[in-house]
Amino acid sequence: MKKLSALSVALIVGLSAGVVSAADPATINGAGASFPFPIYSQWAYKYEQTTGVKLNYQSIGSGGGITQIKAKTVDFGASDAPLKAEELNLAGLVQFPMVIGGVVPVVNLQGIASGKIQLTPSLLADIFLGKVKRWDDPALKAENAGVNLPAKEIVVVHRSDGSGTTWIFTNYLDKVSPEWHGKVGTDKAVSWPAGVGGKGNEGVAAFVQQAEGTIGYVEYAYAVQNKLATVQLRNRAGKYVPPSIASFQAAAAGADWKGTPGFSLVLTDQMGDGSWPITGASFILVQKEQGDGARARAMLTFFDWCLRNGAAQAEKLDYVPPPAGVIDLVEATWKSEVRTAGKAVWP
Amino acid sequence: MKRRSVASRRIFDLGMRLVAGSAAAAGILALAWILATVVSRGAAAFSPAFFTHLPTPPGVSGGGLANAMLGTLLITGLAALCSIPMGLLAGVYLAEFGRESRFAAVVRMATNILMGVPSIISGVFVYTLLVATTGHFSGYAGAVALALIMLPVIVRTTEDMLLLVPGALREAGLALGTPRWRVTRDIVLRSARKGLLTGVLLAVARVSGETAPLLFTSLNSPYWPERLGQPTANLTVTIFSYAMSPFRDWQAQAWGAAMLITLGVLATSLCARLFIRGK
Amino acid sequence: MALSERRILSPVADRVFRSATVLCALSVLLLLLLLVSTLVWKSLPAVRAFGAGFIWSNAWNPVTGAYGALSSIYGTLATTLIALLLAVPLSLTIAFFLVELAPPFVSRPVGVAIELLAAVPSIIYGMWGLFVFAPLMSRYFQPALARLAGGSPLFAGAQMGIGILTAGLILALMILPFMTAVIRDVFSLVPPVVKEAAYGLGATKWEVARQVTLRYGLRGVIGAGVLGLGRAIGETMAVTFVIGNEHRLSSSLFAPGNTIASTLANEFSEAADPLYVSSLVYLGAILLVISVGIQWAAHSWLARVERRAGAWR
Repeated sequence: MKKLSALSVALIVGLSAGVVSAADPATINGAGASFPFPIYSQWAYKYEQTTGVKLNYQSIGSGGGITQIKAKTVDFGASDAPLKAEELNLAGLVQFPMVIGGVVPVVNLQGIASGKIQLTPSLLADIFLGKVKRWDDPALKAENAGVNLPAKEIVVVHRSDGSGTTWIFTNYLDKVSPEWHGKVGTDKAVSWPAGVGGKGNEGVAAFVQQAEGTIGYVEYAYAVQNKLATVQLRNRAGKYVPPSIASFQAAAAGADWKGTPGFSLVLTDQMGDGSWPITGASFILVQKEQGDGARARAMLTFFDWCLRNGAAQAEKLDYVPPPAGVIDLVEATWKSEVRTAGKAVWP
Repeated sequence: MKRRSVASRRIFDLGMRLVAGSAAAAGILALAWILATVVSRGAAAFSPAFFTHLPTPPGVSGGGLANAMLGTLLITGLAALCSIPMGLLAGVYLAEFGRESRFAAVVRMATNILMGVPSIISGVFVYTLLVATTGHFSGYAGAVALALIMLPVIVRTTEDMLLLVPGALREAGLALGTPRWRVTRDIVLRSARKGLLTGVLLAVARVSGETAPLLFTSLNSPYWPERLGQPTANLTVTIFSYAMSPFRDWQAQAWGAAMLITLGVLATSLCARLFIRGK
Repeated sequence: MALSERRILSPVADRVFRSATVLCALSVLLLLLLLVSTLVWKSLPAVRAFGAGFIWSNAWNPVTGAYGALSSIYGTLATTLIALLLAVPLSLTIAFFLVELAPPFVSRPVGVAIELLAAVPSIIYGMWGLFVFAPLMSRYFQPALARLAGGSPLFAGAQMGIGILTAGLILALMILPFMTAVIRDVFSLVPPVVKEAAYGLGATKWEVARQVTLRYGLRGVIGAGVLGLGRAIGETMAVTFVIGNEHRLSSSLFAPGNTIASTLANEFSEAADPLYVSSLVYLGAILLVISVGIQWAAHSWLARVERRAGAWR
């Protein structure tokens, strides 16, 4: 008994012999938005297989990502709610886009296939405001003449955590519904007038998957991966579009990356016949001043790999990679902004 | 007492027996159902890959939770290492030296209060103390949070077990001229060792199923826990994030991990009971 | 070792040993003080901003920075109450059944199963609640309850399977095995001679149960109830899966809500601005006060009950 306990003590001490609680140099830690989690985790997996460098990305929500990178408890944060230039300067952060995706409303209605339901902007807002309470409401029936809407109460599913996906979604509702603008507003976490809260894109998708009569909003990859039924939305040009990588690309086509400080562009409610109205970019946040130059370079090398080599994987998951011109702009920003001990980290 | 006929009392008794029987059956049925769900869904996830592979991203098959299993063992082991010596000695003080003192009474009250602290508060406290200040999540912080939960339990059970040792044994040892510390170590602790081990095992079992304290301290990781100064993989937080996800293969793995923890906790508790029986 | 040497060495060793134990006992006390002071310190900004009004304010708006604990406190109390209302009678019944009514070939395996279930981590109850129980709630139990209640506001609203009622039920199932095990132990300690005396006077099983067993084991039963209460109030995982995470007060038990523990679990790691964090810690401090307060109240009541029931011993 004594020998066994001595052995196990030695084992524990030996295994935890990173006595100085400095983080392991070979693993880069990031946390934040669940919006890009499907593609970030795949990229990290592929990157580790190719180069052996490990990247640990935890999906805790954009709010969490911003908190943690400001507190310097992670190497990079991820957020879909872009920080404005003043906030970036105040916190000493550099922000750049990694992928563009779409936030899509998803529903769970028995017997109704994906893409069948059509919603106007004001209908969407009214549902989430709790004004339209039933699926067989006359306003819904008017827009969906050929669909057999059930006589059920609508169960709204929203996010319970601080979310960039929420930010993008409420930004859109804020633009299209004056009542939403007055009552609720835009933020990563708002005071929801109705519904149930799920944690992360994962939680919302899980709730909608499990319960009938629900409507929620998730990033498109979650709808596809989990076979959730999506809806068609009427965009600014008056056309009904289903969500697809083409519709996200159409929305991102007119974006002016160069002229926006900190790349903090908002892509909701864009013009264009084929544009998806709730498109958004997902951003990475890193500290301007890096303590460990080698570690910072390893991190930027990973991001460079994703930007230049990850397009195929991203498109398979229906994310839109940033166009080539933007990649150069981003790396120019790294060169000028990310420093360690006074010297540029990149290239 | 009101006079009631024997017959009415008998009928009432029969009625209450039926109610008791059916309520018992209903409760037992619900609990059996839960156990059956865990076993069936959990066992379905068991595979060689589950026990040996690292996690894969959603959509990529063949992932496992080997790193989380190791992480849980390490974090729980470290927590035990921190809390057991301290808890034992504090319990020894309360039972051997502090039976009458006011200081001991205060310590006893503090122990009781600590036992009533919800585990999530322990996580919040350790986050404020060790994560926000050092700048990163770590397995160490997780171990400290678990140790904080184990400590009062060990103190209490140690004191209870030591108080059961007859005073005559102590006095006999002292009368022979043995120094106090040797009396405590070789006589008192030794005769209570089965009970002490039980208390320790039960504390470990209870803490290995805890999720809330680890949520804000050791977070999670898809890699092997090479150094504990990093976010460290562990089974309970993995279960939490996997179960709340919409990915079917992750949900299946969550059940597998849940079953694994249940089996571990049950095995530990069974060992504890066997020890106590062998007294 | 010569006798004389031993007598010189041992006082030092004894003193060191005793000091070590005192130090460890002291550190338990210091840990508690550190915990309390850290919570107080971190919640000060929120206390300064909201004062005691935090407790009965129902605001929760991270956008405008208004926070209030009312919905979380209500959820905590409501789910705990539902859990106790169900678990206490059920555990008494099952324990009584196991001790008095069941034949050994039933009582022994069931008893072992109950003790093993008491060791099952609570996250499992949450998972079972979400994946197995919630769909059944929304499809069968909630419609049935709504029909039985005939439009009462207590069972109104969308029947989505999760909510305060579901959380309370799952909580009841979670504390049931543990309470049953304790109460069963208490009942089995009742001396047979006391029961047989009652039987000898012609009492039925039910009368013996109520007037003799329960009275004799009252202290243990109340202790079990308090322990169950303590666990239910601070429970995080069993509740977070099925309560719906909403900062809203509603008269319906079908509505989603939250408890203090589930709010902390959901929002703590992402709270960005200091007032948000401080409000969450304030919430945690309130939970600590409630937990400790209830246990202290129960212990002092227990002491009083014991003194009054002293005649029975």
